[in-house]
Amino acid sequence: MSEEPVVRLRAVSFGYGPGRPALDRVDFEVAKGDYVAVIGPNGGGKTTLLKVILGLRKPWSGSVEVFGGPPGKARSRIGYVPQWTGLNLDFPVTALDVVMMGLPPGLRGAAGRRRALAAMEELGVASLASNHAGSLSGGQRQKVFVARALAGSPELLLLDEPAASVDQAGQGGLYELLERLSATITIILVTHDVGAVAGSVRSIACLNGRLVSHAETLGTEALWKAYGCPVDPISHGTPHRVLGTHGGGCDA
Amino acid sequence: MLEALARYAFLQNAVLAVLLGSVACGTIGSLLFVNRMSGLSGGIAHAVFGGLGFALFAGIDPLAGAVGASILASLLLGFLFRGARSRSEAAIAAVWSIGMSMGLVFAAMAPGYRGDLMGYLFGSVLAVPAADLVLTVVVDAAALLFVTVFYRRILAISFDPEYAAARGMSAGALYTAFLVLTGLSVVVLMRSVGLVMVIALLTIPPATARLLTYRLPVMIPAACALSAAAGLGGLAASWSLDLPAGACIVLTSAAGFGLVSFASRVASAVRTRGRRTQTSPTAGARPA
Repeated sequence: MSEEPVVRLRAVSFGYGPGRPALDRVDFEVAKGDYVAVIGPNGGGKTTLLKVILGLRKPWSGSVEVFGGPPGKARSRIGYVPQWTGLNLDFPVTALDVVMMGLPPGLRGAAGRRRALAAMEELGVASLASNHAGSLSGGQRQKVFVARALAGSPELLLLDEPAASVDQAGQGGLYELLERLSATITIILVTHDVGAVAGSVRSIACLNGRLVSHAETLGTEALWKAYGCPVDPISHGTPHRVLGTHGGGCDA
Repeated sequence: MLEALARYAFLQNAVLAVLLGSVACGTIGSLLFVNRMSGLSGGIAHAVFGGLGFALFAGIDPLAGAVGASILASLLLGFLFRGARSRSEAAIAAVWSIGMSMGLVFAAMAPGYRGDLMGYLFGSVLAVPAADLVLTVVVDAAALLFVTVFYRRILAISFDPEYAAARGMSAGALYTAFLVLTGLSVVVLMRSVGLVMVIALLTIPPATARLLTYRLPVMIPAACALSAAAGLGGLAASWSLDLPAGACIVLTSAAGFGLVSFASRVASAVRTRGRRTQTSPTAGARPA
């Protein structure tokens, strides 16, 4: 008998207003131990997919199960790295305070501090613990947010563009860490840089409102369907960010 | 002034009012400031004037009218803030002017003497009754309890609401409690500086404290201390120079902000110059 999937969406539709839904009858399953990259054009519903899995958005129709139950019941088992855009950077909080926000509710005091520092150590940002979060560079801040997600010892890790603002060397380190973590944690990674993770993820989901494909390999046809233009995710021999320079009205 | 302080009970009450008020000012004011919601206190303050006018008209205790109006205005503004934050400025402006207008209309319709309303508008810290001090102690205790018990949750929801929601931290009840505490803080501070200037007392000391630290647990007591210092300094200036106490308190607070702001800019410039000197390849070299 096969194991219950960690995430199961059945015919899920959701939108932010009348008209074109952000997610249109999406069927999506993630097995335990999977490391999935979710790619697709801007406005394709990638971030919305994560929010539906987290229970932050209630689908118009369809069903969502996380660890076999409603998303709200699974929150303590999920680590989440949201996009940091729009945060109040003047907020008086240190990097350590930010990481401690991810601790399990019962973990406080010195033990909580130790766990948070260990998570920061893993990301190589422990030396920034007492720095003002707003003074960190984009890359350092992103690592702090990943450390915050790890501080809760999650079984499922959801990351929304974690490599945005991280320099090339930092991106390599981050993806290596995710690959290492994927040995014990189920990971769903929303990214534009599919070329950078193509070698380490176990499956790739292509989303453009509808789930165009979800397979171990990424076909040109699926990319064409998702982006509406010919896209080569690993072009020119280097990790490639999908951009709208391919013509044909592609706006990814 | 010390001699007068020992002799006059009203002066002792005034000192107690500014000291006790500084706790609410530092805790609630800091949370308003870091959440960029300071303007909300101005809206609530002017809505309270409507409650005072109504109390005068209906012949009930002005404090009851002020408390009722502050809670109503807090909840209304909170609802509008959450529904459409982009339109929050318009909502504050509307509640602000409607509250003032209602206060004036009710006061005009009220029978008898109406002069005391000016005391609420511009402050009358030298005439604080004991009941106001008791309410201030209650609001202080509630504010401190609120921050202590819910500190981690407040921090998470204020800094990254989406992440907090993903962790299952509901902002609803906490947000409502915070707004009600804001309304009550406005009421307890109105005697010291008046409704017109209460927004200054809830904004300037926290803004000054923010210049001194980037940690909220340090910022809150620092804002309380700065508020207390401005209150006592303003009271002393008012007594010595025979000037309005509320205005003196606000101006002392503003002077403190100016001084700290200047000192922090100088310190920052010195640090930057020090770093440049250390990293410059020509550091220490004589010009040719």
